Amino acid sequence: MIVTPQKARFAEPLKLKSGAVLPEFEIAYETYGELNEARSNAVLVCHALNASHHVAGCYENDPEDLGWWDNMVGPGKPLDTERFFVIGNNYIGSCFGSTGPASLNPATGKPWGADFPVVTVEDWVAAQARLAEHLGIERFAAVMGGSLGAMQALQWALSYPERVRHSIVIAATPKLSAQNIAFNEVARQAITTDPDFHGGHYHDKGVVPVRGLRIARMIGHITYLSGDAMMEKFGRQLRRAALGFDFDVDFEVESYLRYQGDKFSTYFDANTYLRITKALDYYDPAAEYRGDLAAAFARARAAFLVISFTSDWRFTPQRSREIVKALLDNRRVVSYLEIDAPQGHDAFLLDDPRYFDAVRAYFANIPL
Amino acid sequence: MTETQGTLLRARPDLAAVARWVASGARVLDLGCGDGALLKYLWQARMAPGYGVEIDDAEVTACIRNDVNVLQLDLESGLSAFRDDSFDCVILSETLQTIHRQELLLREMLRVGREAIVSFPNFGYWRARLQIALGGHMPVSKELPYSWYDTPNVHHCTLVDFEALCAKLGLKILERVVLHERKTVTFLPNLLGSIAVYRVTD
Repeated sequence: MIVTPQKARFAEPLKLKSGAVLPEFEIAYETYGELNEARSNAVLVCHALNASHHVAGCYENDPEDLGWWDNMVGPGKPLDTERFFVIGNNYIGSCFGSTGPASLNPATGKPWGADFPVVTVEDWVAAQARLAEHLGIERFAAVMGGSLGAMQALQWALSYPERVRHSIVIAATPKLSAQNIAFNEVARQAITTDPDFHGGHYHDKGVVPVRGLRIARMIGHITYLSGDAMMEKFGRQLRRAALGFDFDVDFEVESYLRYQGDKFSTYFDANTYLRITKALDYYDPAAEYRGDLAAAFARARAAFLVISFTSDWRFTPQRSREIVKALLDNRRVVSYLEIDAPQGHDAFLLDDPRYFDAVRAYFANIPL
Repeated sequence: MTETQGTLLRARPDLAAVARWVASGARVLDLGCGDGALLKYLWQARMAPGYGVEIDDAEVTACIRNDVNVLQLDLESGLSAFRDDSFDCVILSETLQTIHRQELLLREMLRVGREAIVSFPNFGYWRARLQIALGGHMPVSKELPYSWYDTPNVHHCTLVDFEALCAKLGLKILERVVLHERKTVTFLPNLLGSIAVYRVTD
């Protein structure tokens, strides 16, 4: 499937949850399949931390660059683009095409950098609603996402209850735990204490806080895998013939983390990383209902499919069950799957017949 | 009734008894719901909305295929996902014998629901008795198709046993139907019935 990235420009200011205003913005997106005449088959796919609007297929000039959920989305795939019109979008504040800290600030003509406001999950969804209007979609057949993407799928059902028929919430949490926030803070500290960070104005200095980004990514990666998956993948396998008794790479797992960190630091924007982790930390739809998640979900109208993975210790099944309970308390239409998968949080990106068959069956029952 | 519904009710006579006791529009919770066929039937025939609870992966997917609400949860950990009195009817069909903590589950069923409908294979059925008494081996039959070493069943009971448990828990038996080969058994039910279906409340 050959796809072409597109951009939509929105000239009307967007008021953010923080009170700040984004004077104008662009959203990068891709579409797969055809919007039907009734405009009833649109599915919005939301991405997690380091992915983008490139959900499925590849670009004509780069057949190697498959979309991040290409196993899930495409012709004949669980989310079948022969039947559904699927939209991948890049949230604002990201660094893959939508307006973010690395974009030019219209007021100064220079990159926003540290001046880019802190955006939230609610802000992303508000921006996506503008994209929906731009594409002429009054109501999504479904909004779907994993991890941070799942928070968006959830928030859609809360921000625009009438505009989403199904919310598919995978490897999610209704709010971050203290441990989750702690990991994010270590990642942020790695970036902000990098001497090349310059308070976020590193563009002006012509440098990038590479060391901070590397460490932030390494920490992230540890939380995406289960202990068993990491042991299975790397064990205590050595990278060199014998222990070195120095501080170079001894073990395979060290090499893997360094490689992931290096790769990430070449393409990801540090200011974006800070803001996305804050958006995660801040997300808590129950907060304005004194912590009562059921009260927060009272306005949801969508049907829900909630899926968790047993070995996910970042967002454990218990957190998904909290979402399910809040939906049951409101007598919402909901199904819940707890997939006994060994890979940890990353399981939401991997093929598992139980997971994929269920998603396929769920979409097949969505009437158009 | 559609053809598939008819087939279902013929194949599982206890489900037919269960379905008769579910009022139109009743809110239903089906524990150990399998592929969700009963829930689908109750929705189509009685406009009774509900949720199923099932642990088996393949059955959960089958429920989604059947377009019924299914929750993949373990019954052994209770029904903490559900609020008090949130259902008119909580169904446990042919699942009681697979549960480790029956007392807890029965109490939980009547915490979250007004009424419970429980069906189970009657271990007091004469063939079962005969297989133990004369054959000297654990019963294997159409209703109990497993060998002792590969059975999911952990706690078998007879009508007498179940009624004693109800008495101990202070549960009122509202109705009872005992079946064998799709026919109702009224004479010596604990001996001649292979499947028991109870409607109880607290």
